[in-house]
Amino acid sequence: MSILSVHGVSRSFESAGRAPTVALQATDLEVTENDFITILGPSGCGKSTLLRIVAGLDKQTSGEAMLDGKRISGPGADRGMVFQSYTLFPWLTVLDNVCFGLRERNLPRAQQLEIAHSFIQKVGLRGFESHYPKQLSGGMQQRTALARALANNPRMLLMDEPFGALDHQTRELMQELLLGIWEAEKKTVLFVTHDIDEAVFMGSRVVVMSARPGRIKLNLEVPMPHPRHYSVKTTPAFAELKAELTEQVRVEVLAAQKAAMA
Amino acid sequence: MAPIAASRSYKYGSMKPLTPVAPATRVTLGISFFVMFVAIWAAATLGGFVSKTFLADPITMVKSGYTLLTEMGFAKDIGMTVGRVLGGFLIATVLALPLGVMMGAYKPIEAFFEPFVSFARYLPASAFIPLLILWAGIGEAQKLAVIFIGSFFQLVLMIAVAVGNTRRDLVEAAYTLGASDSSLVRRVLIPGAAPEIAEILRMVLGWAWTYVIVAELIGASSGIGHMITDSQSLLATDQIIFGIIVIGLIGLVSDMLFKLANRKLFPWAALGK
Repeated sequence: MSILSVHGVSRSFESAGRAPTVALQATDLEVTENDFITILGPSGCGKSTLLRIVAGLDKQTSGEAMLDGKRISGPGADRGMVFQSYTLFPWLTVLDNVCFGLRERNLPRAQQLEIAHSFIQKVGLRGFESHYPKQLSGGMQQRTALARALANNPRMLLMDEPFGALDHQTRELMQELLLGIWEAEKKTVLFVTHDIDEAVFMGSRVVVMSARPGRIKLNLEVPMPHPRHYSVKTTPAFAELKAELTEQVRVEVLAAQKAAMA
Repeated sequence: MAPIAASRSYKYGSMKPLTPVAPATRVTLGISFFVMFVAIWAAATLGGFVSKTFLADPITMVKSGYTLLTEMGFAKDIGMTVGRVLGGFLIATVLALPLGVMMGAYKPIEAFFEPFVSFARYLPASAFIPLLILWAGIGEAQKLAVIFIGSFFQLVLMIAVAVGNTRRDLVEAAYTLGASDSSLVRRVLIPGAAPEIAEILRMVLGWAWTYVIVAELIGASSGIGHMITDSQSLLATDQIIFGIIVIGLIGLVSDMLFKLANRKLFPWAALGK
């Protein structure tokens, strides 16, 4: 069952006195329940634009995006999002950040706390409930952001390079954490990244986008069973897929550079 | 090659840009300038370099200040002035807060008010005094009106800017968590801007002190400013200086209280600075 369908969605930006810049060409994408789709592409290829359109934070120029058969017209709690930048509310503690969406739904405080505590536990932040975001490391802030998005029990989780600003080791731990949560909670995830390892390790499908103006050029299933252990990164199947994707992405990066110099 | 450059940057206690000082050193340095200032003043006046008619010496100043407080009811003047500042500033704040927040949050409202408020804030409050005396007499209403005019427009503009500068990614995060437009204002824009708004209030309160004294210099029967004009006709420079110093001290204390309250109210804002 497809929960998200993107049909002919494109996005172009008006620029004064010049032809509009096309960031995203007409794109189709179907996302079914429990999918973990990673979107891979060179920077500026429109992968974040696509994600933001699904989130309702950006408006497409043409086409439409439907969630459960309903046209997406703006942001909503049914699509939780984790951003690359640290977007915890600095005036709220970890606990109150996680409660933000629950409070918005006017749940009784006791119920808010129960849900929040369970997700804080799941992302491994027990004992940090009363810390303010500035007292946390980048990885811990992104865990809190993940707990905050999950606490709303969204239909989909949208992630825009959420681990992009973290150091390599922290990023790998965060990948395992997210994968573990996805396997346990059976969420549907759309995950934008430019890290090929990350895309293969986490995705049940990998979507590769072309250089600007972006379009989907490849949509591959990742034939590795779940639950995945981090050691799959050293298997021949992983290496093979990675090699192919590296080649595909490299062509696009080169194309993007050529376009930039022209 | 000797590593000269490396060893130099680790030298302790040198004046390096942006390097903080120890709290004790900070207090000592701060007080020593006051001491130096008074010492130069005392040397100039007690040493006979400056005529008593133009500048009283510190000792006479303290003595007449004591007389002012004990025999001439100066405490009541201080009370009146403090009351006027707080009253006028409170009225300005209560009205400026909602307007500033709405202007910061909603761009059409900003477009409607901003040009006028920008114009109005350059109107000198002191120049309104003759007009205000005409309208409101020389009573309390006139004093409050001067302070109001002096602080309201400044507050509105600065609060609007503080609210409008809310990080856009926080706004987007709130929307993806299901926030409505009104709760975005209530739960993101206002709490996010609150520490900056508190700083703005602290600053503008300082300006309000200038306006009240000006208002009291012209057409008042009580207050610190009134005492200063009275003393001028008696050439009592000791009393004038005492009055000015009292204003400075009250300003300093209110500033410190404000800073303390801000730190208590917004502990998160001071983190990581």
